[in-house]
Amino acid sequence: MAIDHYVTLSVLLFCIGVLGVLLRRNAIIIFMSIELMLNAVNLLLVSFSSYLSDTAGQVFVVFTMVVAAAEVAVGLAILVTVYRNSKTTDVNVLNKLKW
Amino acid sequence: MMSLVCLVPLMPLLGAALLGLFGKKLTKNTAGIIGSGVILAAFIISLISFFNLKAAKPEIINLFTWIKAGDFKADFSFQIDELSSLFMLIITGIGFLIHVYSTAYMHEDEGHNRYFAYLNLFVFFMLLLVMGSNYLLMFVGWEGVGLCSYLLIGFWFKNDAYNNAAKKAFIMNRIGDLGFILGIILLFITFGSINYTDVFQSANKFASGETAIICITLLLFVGAMGKSAQIPLYTWLPDAMAGPTPVSALIHAATMVTAGIYMIARSNILFSMAPFTMEVIAIVGLVTALFAATIGLVQNDIKKVLAYSTVSQLGYMFLGLGVGAYTGAVFHVTTHAFFKALLFLGAGSVIHGMSGDQDIRNMGGLKKKMPVTYITFLLGTIAISGIPPFSGFFSKDEILANVYAHNKFYWLLAVIGAMMTAFYMFRLLFLTFFGEFRGTDHQAHHLHESPKAMTIPLIILSVLSVIGGFMGIPEVLHGHHFLKEYLAPIFSGSQIVAMANHLTHETEYMLIGIAILTAAVSIYYAYDLFAKKATIPAAENEELKPIHKLVYHKYWVDELYEKVITKPYNWISDISYRFVELRFIDAIVNGTGTLVNRTAIALRYIQTGSIGFYIFAMTIGIALILLLTLI
Repeated sequence: MAIDHYVTLSVLLFCIGVLGVLLRRNAIIIFMSIELMLNAVNLLLVSFSSYLSDTAGQVFVVFTMVVAAAEVAVGLAILVTVYRNSKTTDVNVLNKLKW
Repeated sequence: MMSLVCLVPLMPLLGAALLGLFGKKLTKNTAGIIGSGVILAAFIISLISFFNLKAAKPEIINLFTWIKAGDFKADFSFQIDELSSLFMLIITGIGFLIHVYSTAYMHEDEGHNRYFAYLNLFVFFMLLLVMGSNYLLMFVGWEGVGLCSYLLIGFWFKNDAYNNAAKKAFIMNRIGDLGFILGIILLFITFGSINYTDVFQSANKFASGETAIICITLLLFVGAMGKSAQIPLYTWLPDAMAGPTPVSALIHAATMVTAGIYMIARSNILFSMAPFTMEVIAIVGLVTALFAATIGLVQNDIKKVLAYSTVSQLGYMFLGLGVGAYTGAVFHVTTHAFFKALLFLGAGSVIHGMSGDQDIRNMGGLKKKMPVTYITFLLGTIAISGIPPFSGFFSKDEILANVYAHNKFYWLLAVIGAMMTAFYMFRLLFLTFFGEFRGTDHQAHHLHESPKAMTIPLIILSVLSVIGGFMGIPEVLHGHHFLKEYLAPIFSGSQIVAMANHLTHETEYMLIGIAILTAAVSIYYAYDLFAKKATIPAAENEELKPIHKLVYHKYWVDELYEKVITKPYNWISDISYRFVELRFIDAIVNGTGTLVNRTAIALRYIQTGSIGFYIFAMTIGIALILLLTLI
């Protein structure tokens, strides 16, 4: 398979992720959308790595996954706390931090 | 051996530090001993180094690199040669006597210990000035003595008039210093170095009368005008009498005002290459000498007379420098240090006896009550009047002879100035020590000879004033000019100018004769007027004749400066404050603050707290950044 298929797929995934972040209200879904974007980039890294026969890209993928996992652990903990306090995960309701 | 010399400036600095830091815990006697002791130590070391001096080559002691930036390099190093050695002896020697004298003079003063700290610091800076091996180090000393003069003139700072005198001295000097520092900068630009040795060596490459050299020397001379009180920057010196009398002696005899002479003598090679500047110096010196002498004729304050006499004598020194008589000028600095210190300390002794009164109209007849003061003062007066074989005669004669060779008209004016010197000095002497006592009964009852700590320095100085001239007897009197021989290496580079002044023996005899005759006539005239006829200068409220009034009020120069410089300056400052400062500078500064504040207030509304909006803004932002980097 040619490389551009992978690129197209990853761009699509990324755009879906961006739209998800922008349009959804549920914080958990936003989170998942971010994961989607990260994975789109991961996919791109793996395909280029294989295409160029350079392992550096795959090392980066592992890197990204580790960071993403750590982020999810922290992010979900925050979300759970937010939910306990306000009984919602709707980001539009969570607007206490304004002027 | 030579590294011992580093202790010379260190001793007074140590003294100043000790007295300054622990002055409040020390008794007056301890402070006096420390203050005088460190100067004595410095004097002894100066003497040792003076006798160990090796001829022909200046000794340079490099302590450390002080400033280094690009091509510019200034070392903290001392240059010990004939000229600096001589000045070190004058500063520490005369300085020591003045310190000893001060222990008695200032004993009742509550600021006694503070006074000695300042005095030590003064000596330290002056030593730095003469010992430094480059112009920048000289400038440090130059500024330092300016600071110390400010501290000491305003020593009795509770009196506003004294504070104003201190400020005046400081500001006048600052004007001169501006010229001096510009001169040093130009010097560096021209020669690429500020070390004396480098500058004087590469000076040969320039032609005589080169514009750069003329500019440098003129700027340096502006500095000398301020420090050595020449027209038009002289008015601070008479006002500097506000300080304690020994301070006046120190400023006038051993330090500060001789700095200008030292600087020009030090840079004699540069100045010799700028005939135009030399002429300017000669004229300024001559005009100052005459001008100040006329003011001295009618002053009634014992210290003011001496102050104008200093200005006048400094004028003679500059006149000497201007005609290339460098040795003569340095010679006159030396003898002047002896007799002017003597005269000031003598005046201090009189003031001490008079319970603080300085007006010679209230004195008279002090001869019997204060015999030591009288005799020493008389010797000093004879010395300054130029009667042989007292010291002032030889040095003044040497300058006058050189002036005669240079320009006969200058000489004539200089002789008239010398006549006036003899007249006002003897007027002072007769009014103070002869006739009947004119003060109050209380003062008459209190009159007494000063303590030993004051009279012994007077006696030593009077001996020096009498015999000091023998270090430079002119060839025509079959003497040996030790000083000329001694200073020859310093002035060898500029000998061409000095050589031009050669007179026949007959002419020199005639000049000497005229000098003695004119002095004798003035003295007789003064004797006739003030001792025989016992004329007393007019009281303060009496109406004077117009010319007398003009001179008595010092030609209204201070008032002129007030009108021409101070008033417009204040006016400009006021305008600048009201328009430039408030409307412009303040507006910019405050405007910046207000702008940030307003912007923040406006942007605050973007912070809605809506996460969706934040993310949207972030995404747009990232997209924009990516887009911009792609472009």
